[in-house]
Amino acid sequence: MATNAAPGADTFPKLLIRNADIYGTRPAMRHKDLGIWQTWTWKQVLEVVRAYAVGLHRLGVKPGETVAIVGGNRPKLYWSVMAVQMLGAIPVPVYADAVADELAYVLAHADVRFAAVEDQEQVDKILSVKERVPKLHEMFYDERRGLRDYDHSHLRPIDDIIVDGRKALAEEASLSAWLDHEIASGKGSDPSIILYTSGTTGVSKGVLLTGERSLKAAADTVAFDKLTENDIALAYLPLAWVGDHYLNYAQGMVSGFCTACPENSDTAMADLREIGPTFYFAPPRTLEVLLTRVMIRMEDAGFIKRKLFHYFIDVARRYGDSILNRQPVPLVGRLFYGIGNLLVYGPLKNVLGFSRVRVAYTAGEAVGPDLFNFYRSIGLNLKQLYGQTEAFLYVTAQPDGEIYSDTVGRTFPNVDIRITENGEVLFKSPGMFAGYFKDEAKTAEVMTPDGYVKTGDAGFFDEKTGHLKIIDRAKDVGHLNNGTLFPPKYIENKLKFYPNIREAVALGDMRDFVAVMLNIDLTAVGSWAERNNVVYGSYQDLAGHPLVYDMIEQHIAEVNHSLAADKVMAGNQIKRFLILHKELDADDGELTRTQKVRRGFIADRYAPLIKALYDGSREADISTEVTFEDGRKGVISARVKIRDMQTEPVPAAVGKAA
Amino acid sequence: MRAPTDPDVAAGEVLLSLENVSLSFGGVKAISDVSFDIRKSEIRAIIGPNGAGKTSMLNVINGFYHPQRGRITFKGETRAEMRPYRAAHGGIARTFQNVALFRGMTALDNIMAGRTLKMQRGFLWQMLRYGPAMAEEVEHRHRVEEIIDFLKIQEIRRVPVGRLPYGLQKRVELGRALAMEPELLLLDEPMAGMNLEEKEDMSRFILDVNDHYGTTIALIEHDMGVVMDLSDRVVVLDHGIKIADGTPDEVKSDQAVIDAYLGVAH
Repeated sequence: MATNAAPGADTFPKLLIRNADIYGTRPAMRHKDLGIWQTWTWKQVLEVVRAYAVGLHRLGVKPGETVAIVGGNRPKLYWSVMAVQMLGAIPVPVYADAVADELAYVLAHADVRFAAVEDQEQVDKILSVKERVPKLHEMFYDERRGLRDYDHSHLRPIDDIIVDGRKALAEEASLSAWLDHEIASGKGSDPSIILYTSGTTGVSKGVLLTGERSLKAAADTVAFDKLTENDIALAYLPLAWVGDHYLNYAQGMVSGFCTACPENSDTAMADLREIGPTFYFAPPRTLEVLLTRVMIRMEDAGFIKRKLFHYFIDVARRYGDSILNRQPVPLVGRLFYGIGNLLVYGPLKNVLGFSRVRVAYTAGEAVGPDLFNFYRSIGLNLKQLYGQTEAFLYVTAQPDGEIYSDTVGRTFPNVDIRITENGEVLFKSPGMFAGYFKDEAKTAEVMTPDGYVKTGDAGFFDEKTGHLKIIDRAKDVGHLNNGTLFPPKYIENKLKFYPNIREAVALGDMRDFVAVMLNIDLTAVGSWAERNNVVYGSYQDLAGHPLVYDMIEQHIAEVNHSLAADKVMAGNQIKRFLILHKELDADDGELTRTQKVRRGFIADRYAPLIKALYDGSREADISTEVTFEDGRKGVISARVKIRDMQTEPVPAAVGKAA
Repeated sequence: MRAPTDPDVAAGEVLLSLENVSLSFGGVKAISDVSFDIRKSEIRAIIGPNGAGKTSMLNVINGFYHPQRGRITFKGETRAEMRPYRAAHGGIARTFQNVALFRGMTALDNIMAGRTLKMQRGFLWQMLRYGPAMAEEVEHRHRVEEIIDFLKIQEIRRVPVGRLPYGLQKRVELGRALAMEPELLLLDEPMAGMNLEEKEDMSRFILDVNDHYGTTIALIEHDMGVVMDLSDRVVVLDHGIKIADGTPDEVKSDQAVIDAYLGVAH
C-alpha cells in the first residue's frame, strides 16, 4: 500500500516538522474566536508547539509520563497533545463531559501528574476530586475567565507556558538543539497516546497506541480517500474519542489537511456552514437530527416550495444514488436531477454545510436505509465504516461507488479479518493497539494467541458484495435448533426501520424458528388510522386491529425477503408474529432507561405469549401488571392474535456460518 | 461564594449617594426620605416586598424620575435635573424588569445598539460605512464580540431576539447594558421567571461582570438565596421607607425586615 508518511517520520512530532517543511504556509488549524476565524499555518503551529514543549519541560514534564487533556475541540488542547508528544510524554485525553467521578477514575488510573484543561468548569471538577488523584501536581488552563481569584500555586494559563518557552528558546541557544535531539530520538514504538474507552460496558479501559502504528493506519486511510493538504475538516466530536483523534488529528498530520475548531460546542452547525468542510464524519444520530430539522422546516414552508421539495426529493431518490455511484442513468433522469440540484439539493446541502464535502462517513450504530439513502440521494458521498478504538479505528470501510446501507464495507487495505465459529469478528490491523494501559489481564482476554483482536461483535461477509455486515454483539447471538446463527438485534433493527414499528423482540435462540413480538408506533400508525378511517379507542384497540395486522404482515414479508437474500440469514425468516397489547415501557422494567429491550425479563413476563407462538395457537390470553405514571399499579388483560407468515425458500445448505 | 463582608468594599469610595430622597406621584408616596450609598465595585442589592418602591428607586437613580426632595451625588457631582440619556452618558446602564429589547433585531444588533453612545462618527458617515466609520465599526464590533464571548451566546449571534427563550433574552439584555461599559449597572430583577439552572448561570455572569470588568452593580431581586449569595450589602425598603441597610447577615437577622416580609400588624 502506498504510504504518505515520509521515511523516518514514525512519530507525530517528526511529522509535524515535515508538515512545517512541505506545507509551511498552508493552514493547519482554524478556530473561530470573537466571531472571526483565526488561522495558524503549519509553520506557526510548529513554532507554538516547540515553545509550549519547552515551557512544559521547564515545568518538569518528563518523557514517558502521562499528561491529561480535558476539554473540547480547541487549538490549545490539540497543541497540548502535540507538545506532550514532542517531549516523549503520553497525552491522555478525557471526555470533557465526564462527571467528576469518571474523571477521577481516569486521572488516577493513568497516573497523571499534569493536566491541560479547557476552563474553570474542568478546573473545578478536578479540584472537587483532588484527594482521589494524589499524584496530580499541576493544571494548565486555556480559558482564563473566572479563574483569576484561584490559588495559582499549582495552576497556570497555557498562554504563559508558551510565552515562557518562547523566551527560554530565544535566550538559550542550546535549548533548541536539545529539543531537536529529543524529537529525533523519539521512537515509533513509543506510546503516542492513551485513549480511554467511554466505559458504557463497564469500567473504561485505557487503550495504548503507538506513533508508528497510528501513522501507518492513518496513511492507509488518507490514501484510500485521497485526502490532501487542500482538504479541511471540522473537529466537533469529543477530543477524547478515537474518531476525533484519528479522523482529524492523525489524518490531518499525515495528509496536512486543516482542522477547524468550532467557536464553542453549540455553534458547530453554523460553523460547519461557514467552513464548508471537505471531509465529514457524523454518527447516525446526528444525521437523523439534521434530517428531522429539515423536514419540519419544509412542512412549515409555503405550498409551492413544499411541492417542489417533495417532487425533487422523489427524483433524487430514483436517480441520486446511481449518479453518485457513476452508474448509467437515463438522460431524462440526469436532466431532472440537474434541475433538482439547482433548485433543491444544492441549496439544501449549502444550508447543512455539505456543499464541499467530498468524503463523509457515518458509523457507530446501525443506520436506517431511508436516512442513509436520503443523504446519498442529494449527492452527499456518505459511506459507512466499522472500527474500534483498539484497531485505531478502521477495520472495514466502503470504497467510493460500492455503497450499501446495510453493510459496513470491505476489509480495509492491510487489515486482516477472521470470523470465528460463533460469528465473532476478529481483526489484525496496522494501527492495532499495544495493549490496555496497566491491565495485562484484559489485554490477554481480547487477544488471540496468534495476534488477532476480538471485537465482541458478530458479523459475516455478504456473498454478493464481499462486504462485512455487523449483526449483533457476539454475546447476544444465539442459534436456532438447526444450527442457524440467530442475531436478535439484526432482525429487530430491520423491523424497527419501519416507522410503524416502535419496538421488536425477536425470539429464536434454541427454538425451531424465529418469532417476533412487536409494538406499533402509536404516532405513525395512529395517523395512518386517521387517514384510513380506522376507529380505535386505545393502543390496545389499534394494536389488535386486523388492518394493522395486515400492514405489519406486509412489513414482515419485506423483512423476510431481505433476510432470504443472505445465505447466512435466510434461516432467520420470521415464521410467526404478534403485536403486543401494551407498549413496552421502562417503568414496567421491560426496557432499560436507555430504551433497550430487556430480553430475560420480557421472556418471563410474556411467557404465555411466547408459549403460544411456538405451540401453534392462533391466539393467547395474557394479563400483565402495569405501572401508571403516578406510580399506581393496574392490570391489563388481553387476547392477542398470532399470525403465521409465509417464508421464502431457504437455500438448501444452511449450516453454521463459516 | 463571596465572603459576607469584603473589607475593601467596606472601605471603598462612594460612587453614588442618595440623601433624604422623597418621591411621590400625586398623593401617593413612592419613596420617603431614603438615604443610602453605593460604593465602587460592590454588588448592592435593593430588596423589599411588592410595592416597596424598589423599581422607583432604580428609576430615580438613572434619572427617569425626579425626586421632589433630596440630593443625589454621582461620582462626586451633585446633580440637579437628571435625564436618562445624561445618566447613560455618565456611565449608568440598566436592564428592565420585563425584557425591553428590539425584538426584530438579532442579538448581535441589539448589543451593538448598546454601543451607540460610544460612536464618534455621525449618522452620514456611518451610512457610508467607509474609512474612519468602518474602522470605528470594527472596533465596536470587537468589543461586542468580547461581550458575546463573555456571556457565551455565540450560537444566537444571528438570531432575532424575539425568537429566543426568555432566559437568553435576559442575557442579551445584560449584554446590551454591558456594551455601554457602564460604571454603574442597574439590574431590575435579572432572574425573574427563570428556572434554577438559568438563575445559577445568571448569578455567575453577574459575579463575573463584577469581577472581570470591576463594574459596580445595584440589583433588585426577589430570590433571597440569590441576594444573600451575590451581594456585598443590602438595603431593604418597605412602603417607600428604608427599614434596614447592611451586610446580608445583618439584614437577615434584622427584626424590622423579618416583620416586613412575614407581615406584622402595623
